[in-house]
Amino acid sequence: MRRGGSARASETRSGWLFVSPVIIVLGLFLVAPIVIAFWVSVSDWNGRGSPLSSGVSFVGADNYRQLLTEDSLTRSDFATSLRNNFYYVLIVVPIQTVLALALALLLNQRRLKGLSFFRTSYYFPSVTSSVAIASVFLFLFAGGGSVNALLGIFGIDGPQWFADPRGVLHIMLGWVGIGGGADGAGPAALTSRDFLGLTWWDWLSGPSVAMLTIIALVIWVSAGGYMLLFLAGLQNISADVYEAASIDGASRWRTMRSITIPLLRPTLFTVLTLGLIGTWQVFDQVYIMSKGNPGKTTLTPAFLSYDQSINNGQWGSGTAMSFVLFGIIIVFTAIQSLVLRDRDASTRGFFGRLRSQPIAAPPQHPTSTTGPTT
Amino acid sequence: MSRKTTTAAVAACLTGVLALAACGGGGGFDNSGGSGATQPPASGPVTITFMITSNGPADVKLQQDTVKAWETKTGNKVQVVAASDINQQLTQGFAAGSPPDVFFTDANVFPTYAKAGNMLAYGDQLDMKSDFYDGLVKTFTYDNKFYCAPKDFSTLALIVNTDLWTKAGLTDADVPKTWADLETVAKKLTTGGVKGLVIGDTRDRIGAFMKQAGGWITNADQTQMTADTPENLAGLQEVQKLLASGSTAYPKGVDSGWGGEAIGKGKAAMTIEGNWIKGAVKNDFPDLKWKAFELPEGPKGKGTLSFTQCYGVASASKNQAAAVDLVKYLSTAEPALALAKGLGVMPSLKSAGDGYKAAFPDEAAFLAGAEYAQGPVTVAGMDPVLKDFDTQLQGLPGADPKAMLARLQKNGDAVLK
Repeated sequence: MRRGGSARASETRSGWLFVSPVIIVLGLFLVAPIVIAFWVSVSDWNGRGSPLSSGVSFVGADNYRQLLTEDSLTRSDFATSLRNNFYYVLIVVPIQTVLALALALLLNQRRLKGLSFFRTSYYFPSVTSSVAIASVFLFLFAGGGSVNALLGIFGIDGPQWFADPRGVLHIMLGWVGIGGGADGAGPAALTSRDFLGLTWWDWLSGPSVAMLTIIALVIWVSAGGYMLLFLAGLQNISADVYEAASIDGASRWRTMRSITIPLLRPTLFTVLTLGLIGTWQVFDQVYIMSKGNPGKTTLTPAFLSYDQSINNGQWGSGTAMSFVLFGIIIVFTAIQSLVLRDRDASTRGFFGRLRSQPIAAPPQHPTSTTGPTT
Repeated sequence: MSRKTTTAAVAACLTGVLALAACGGGGGFDNSGGSGATQPPASGPVTITFMITSNGPADVKLQQDTVKAWETKTGNKVQVVAASDINQQLTQGFAAGSPPDVFFTDANVFPTYAKAGNMLAYGDQLDMKSDFYDGLVKTFTYDNKFYCAPKDFSTLALIVNTDLWTKAGLTDADVPKTWADLETVAKKLTTGGVKGLVIGDTRDRIGAFMKQAGGWITNADQTQMTADTPENLAGLQEVQKLLASGSTAYPKGVDSGWGGEAIGKGKAAMTIEGNWIKGAVKNDFPDLKWKAFELPEGPKGKGTLSFTQCYGVASASKNQAAAVDLVKYLSTAEPALALAKGLGVMPSLKSAGDGYKAAFPDEAAFLAGAEYAQGPVTVAGMDPVLKDFDTQLQGLPGADPKAMLARLQKNGDAVLK
């Protein structure tokens, strides 16, 4: 051991040497800003001079306490933004994942002609500037825009998409006789109680009509990107497995359920994780298309945090918001990985059963897994 | 890898991060001099960074041309920078300790900047202080200190598309003098795709109706909220009535970003906008024939709103003496009038009023409003409250105006307490 020790130490040294550029870059552009932002969230910095200068003092959890416990406009705005973003995530993540998977399955067929054309065109939105796409959507969904013209052909009088703050869930609840629809008052049982300064009824509004346009845009943009991930995952699945399945007489649906999806689980995990993180952080579409309007129904925590810091000069509560958002993302990702984790074959859950299939593990290269010989 | 090496490496990384952080902090911009402190003048000619907001290259050129005389006189240079998002750029500058020396400051953000100590209170050094309109001086006074020289100002007026006006059989005698008149002409001017009146859905337009009804958001010295009053309610109800009648719409209802666009595109026969409409129409809708009239009177008489910007000087500026000198120059009649003429706004100097009137006899309506215009609310921390009120106002066609005012009152009280 002793003899090998020095060889090891020099290896370690060169190891650190090789990773040091990355560590420095990450430290400078990732770790340091996060640490400083956290400091701002527990300080009384007002945006003047450096947050680390002597005039700035530590205020403990005051910013967090004010944000989460004091009845104020900031708190109800923050609650509104959380509500909006929650519905946004709830709709975007499943749809974009399913759509991406469906597109990938379509494009994975070997008989399809013009494969690379479709692959490129589906991926195109993901590599186009979000600013440009958002501007195009502004035109499409304008009151007299193409979408409403299309709806007009079918005799539907389309809404003023970007000016419509009505909550979709409120509208639907109105249909079944709960509450007075989008503009009317909610049932007293729900309006009399509140959480974070927002009544239960307001929490139940669902995404607004304006938010739906942003949702449509984001799904359209990101599905292509995730499709590429699924496609890569699909192409990693060995043809032998499918062959074996077809010899066993498995139907297409059965093959899909028992082979494709289980073998795609790592990709699915990646797509869902990236999707969750990305959707909770939605900013640029809001910044360009709506700035939180109409009726604050497209306000998201990321945008509110920016607005609170840059425009209102409330840096403490602005950064506190972003750290609360960080916590939310962590919690959601943890829940998601718990649901998708590798269970024992004995577990009778949907994913557990799928897992019991023999898996074609990535080819193992014996040389790469053994350590240096000492 | 041994545990010891790991620990050492982690320690090294942390030290690195801390060092980086310290570098960020040790930039030498500790700003211990308060907002009132004037830093020693730099010797020799200096370059002043001057950040402006503009509607295009023409505005930038105008600003550059105006400062030329000062450059020649003093030997200093002025670098005019057109901001794309001035609020964000200034905020970054303040945080980095290197803001532009002189910058346009909107009345909305002025109290936030002043409170944070980002601005130099140089107002009392100006010998033309008494020549500014009193309302403007008041707008840029924070904590009893007159901070910065008002650049110019605008007021709201009723903008009429004269072609549609005559087409509807209306004459000069029909120019609305009261709310009832306004309802009548708006109705007459509404045809198929054209709304009689399009007004912006914010306090900056609808507030004029509150003023005409004798109300306003705060009391005169901005120490108390006076939002939840019958006067303000009357103002909002009038707007609600107009919207409900179908003769009036918000810009979004006619696919426009603002009133000027609505009237320019021919989707509105009248709108309520300020002096800035002139430049916008000239650039975007050169064929539009329009005229400005004073806003109709409400139950408590005339009322309009004024908007203004000032020349902010950064407290972190190293060229404060030169910066203040530049502002002094810009606040003399000749350059002020030249800028006002070019931008279509009104000079902030009373003595330049006649020159403006002579140059633009057709726009007397804007200047007439200066006599009784209400300036914006300038209380630090009030901006989100007012924005929330704007959000409420977007729902005015259907929602309850009384609840909006109560909400404004409650949120505003929390800021002022």
